[in-house]
Amino acid sequence: MAATTARRTTAETGWSTPLGPWGTLLVRRLAGLIAVAITLVAGTFLMVQLIPGDPARVVAGAEATPVDVERARHDLGLDQPLLTRFGTYTGGLLRGHMGTSFQTQEPVAEIIGDRLPFTTEIALLSVLVVLVLAVPIGLAVAARGSRRTDGSFTFVTGTVGATPEYIIGTLLVLGFAIELGWLPAAGAETVSSMVLPVAALVLPATCVMARIVRREAEHVLAQDYMRTARGRRLPPLRLYARHALPNLLTATLTLGGLILAGLLGGTVVVESVFAWPGIGQRVVEALLVRDYPVIQGCVLILGLLAALLNLLVDVVLALLDPRTLAGKGGH
Amino acid sequence: MRRIRWNTPLVTALTGLGLITLLGIVAPFLAEEEATALSGAARAHASSEHWLGTDALGRDVLARTLVATRLTLEMTLAATAIAAVTGILLGAGVWVSGRRVRELGLRLIDVMISYPALILALVIATVLGTGPTASVLAIGLGGAPAFARLTANMAASVAQRDFVTQARLMGVPPYRVLVRHLLPNVAGPLLVLLSVAFANVLVALSGLSFLGVGVQTPDYDWGSLLNSGLASLHTNPAEAIGPAVAITVTGVLAGFVGDGLAAALDPRAGRAKVAAARPVVTAPSHRAPGEALVTVDGLAVVLPDGTRLVDDVSFHVMPGEIVGLVGESGSGKSLTAMSVARLLPEGLAAHAAELTLDDLDLAAPGTDPKRLATEIGVVFQDPSSSFNPALRMSGQLSETLRVHQGVRGAEADRRAIEALERVRIKEPARVMKQYPHELSGGMRQRAMIASALLPGPRLIVADEPTTALDVTVQAEVLDVLKDINRRRGTSVLLISHDIGVVGTVCHRIVVMYAGRVVEELSAADLRAGRVRHPYTRALLAASPRLRDTGTGDRAPLATIPGRPPAPAARPSGCAFAARCPVVLDTICATERPRLIDDVACHAVRQEVQAE
Repeated sequence: MAATTARRTTAETGWSTPLGPWGTLLVRRLAGLIAVAITLVAGTFLMVQLIPGDPARVVAGAEATPVDVERARHDLGLDQPLLTRFGTYTGGLLRGHMGTSFQTQEPVAEIIGDRLPFTTEIALLSVLVVLVLAVPIGLAVAARGSRRTDGSFTFVTGTVGATPEYIIGTLLVLGFAIELGWLPAAGAETVSSMVLPVAALVLPATCVMARIVRREAEHVLAQDYMRTARGRRLPPLRLYARHALPNLLTATLTLGGLILAGLLGGTVVVESVFAWPGIGQRVVEALLVRDYPVIQGCVLILGLLAALLNLLVDVVLALLDPRTLAGKGGH
Repeated sequence: MRRIRWNTPLVTALTGLGLITLLGIVAPFLAEEEATALSGAARAHASSEHWLGTDALGRDVLARTLVATRLTLEMTLAATAIAAVTGILLGAGVWVSGRRVRELGLRLIDVMISYPALILALVIATVLGTGPTASVLAIGLGGAPAFARLTANMAASVAQRDFVTQARLMGVPPYRVLVRHLLPNVAGPLLVLLSVAFANVLVALSGLSFLGVGVQTPDYDWGSLLNSGLASLHTNPAEAIGPAVAITVTGVLAGFVGDGLAAALDPRAGRAKVAAARPVVTAPSHRAPGEALVTVDGLAVVLPDGTRLVDDVSFHVMPGEIVGLVGESGSGKSLTAMSVARLLPEGLAAHAAELTLDDLDLAAPGTDPKRLATEIGVVFQDPSSSFNPALRMSGQLSETLRVHQGVRGAEADRRAIEALERVRIKEPARVMKQYPHELSGGMRQRAMIASALLPGPRLIVADEPTTALDVTVQAEVLDVLKDINRRRGTSVLLISHDIGVVGTVCHRIVVMYAGRVVEELSAADLRAGRVRHPYTRALLAASPRLRDTGTGDRAPLATIPGRPPAPAARPSGCAFAARCPVVLDTICATERPRLIDDVACHAVRQEVQAE
């Protein structure tokens, strides 16, 4: 009885806090984002501190004299106490300074500024393409699947979904760039350069996502409210797009958010395959020559991107499912 | 742990992985020499001598791919083990610790899991440097959060079960609860995750080597072979094919082991989609009066395997009449109603000599959706699940009007508000803007009735409309239905397991048992206790009433011993014979009673003939 009263009160006022449901959601999510950012900053700082051996020696190079090493140590601020160094690091970050590359002497912030657009471009495009492909495919297989289409769906998605992006990328280059010569194999000169990297990212992710959508769609289509909607004898498009889709997306995005965030990891590899001038390619380069400031900066930005993507998923979820906003948790 | 049901994909994939493991053990002994021997011809194309050609130093690619199996598998196994052990310990640790730590830990695991493992691996590789040990550690630790979350989630769900609570109450220490009670119960899902993790680890490790961060020369695994293959993609494409195929096949097989295990452990598995059974042809009996609104004649609802859930059901509904369909669960009353509403679940098929609403054929394929939507209104059993949770009431209530009757937005809303008022919902304009979860159960069910009424249907099919409601609101909902029938003359087909409810609301009652009609009688006869079939009699005796109608004496509540037979196991004789108090030895078990003079019972028949 008390619960019913409480629910009615919520229903009457429309929200339970002075901020309103959207305010509460945004405040909670922003707090989460800030917590993640702090963790990332601390993590990237500690990452360099934890490197065994002497970073100054690595920076100074193999043939450095002890004087060179000492100078490098001073340049890196490694002669300061840990907390001072952390203060310098975070203070720099707040002012947009991320250090300079050991290797090229460029400011890391500039490197990231140059490269970030390329990474977000293919990452966001891939997220969109994955959703646009996977949702209808999964829904169609769930709604109309016969035994035979079920079998081939499981086999194809199982196979392609388990094939890593770099192998699909390699095969795509072999087929479409080298054998057929239709598309460029590497670089980012033209719009067509984007096709193969995005395809390499999208193919496996779409398969994994389509499986999730199929499973969730089977669940949604069996719900009572879908029977109610069928009772209104709606045209198929309206039935699936209006009645099944919002409920399907809620469940799908909750699980699929992980896959979408995972696309960022895939970007790192795919950029290297296609020499795509994004952050991922740069971080791998830096890793090979132990260019720590660049690694720090790139990992920080990639982590923040993943956090933003998760936030985006949460906001879309709240838009789609009123119960998420009401804090009752749809699932 | 549940028994594993072996299936073909699982066995095939496991066999494949077994063969690859065997290859990993044997290949270095057989092909090591060839893999390192410099043949002289660098980047040679595939030939009979070198099936996949040679690499930049003229070494045989096939031999190198085969030899690399061992290192790749060793690293993958090691990293998977690290992920599993670390993750399980972390998850279990989080679960065993106090409330605060547990909640913080779970949040942390959630955040970690939503991060691409590869980025985490890059961080760890930065700290530990490049090389196989660093990659194994990096990928292993990167995979740990998935295991931690599964362990914590499973532990939490198992921990709420009674036997664990009991063990804790009895003072069993937490670690013992964990080992004795929890781990055995989470073993199945862990196995599935293990095979999925194996595939992911393989892909990630090979990815690191492919990027040049993992295994370094002179050692080589599939990833680093692929790396050098990419460099000579233009000259000898086959060089990349070898390791690519190896990684893909192994990863896919491990994935299929996961799928197969999940299917093998899923209690709901084995449900296959089957083609619909053939129609059952029955000759029409023309029993129903010509002016009947709904005519059901010889209705059978059939499972794909041919089992008849409803068999030879015939009844009719006159214009303006409320007819009740009553029976125990499993009697086929809801399926009968859903056949009339043409809303049978997928896989079930309805066949009838006649199934019509006036001139509308409800059994033919491709019946006009507009007429179905506007002439039949359906009220479902559970109002909390029958409205779409993601849509506002306004969009749902008047959808039929807008889709089928071309009524525009504002006008549709106005009519929906009117309909809500008619079912006595207060503040209908506000209800329109709300989501279903914001309404109470009784309000939702009245809204459902309003929605069914909106297009002005000739028939309302109400499938147990009050079963899911509080007793206090049941009467309200029934009143609304009666009111609509009285004022608008809408016919109602009311389905209920409660003979008391149908007795007070309906004009005529059809009693069903085990998929068949056993008796048809007027509400007056029912209220007066003039029932004939022993099953109806038993139902009536089992129904609690506060004020006894009829004779006035209060009999103690009776129960009906036994259970109705399962659809596939219905006897050739009377389905009620096993539970019947007046069963006749001579005939009831062998011959199915037909519905004669509105009752299907050998004993009643004999009595009538004797008089």
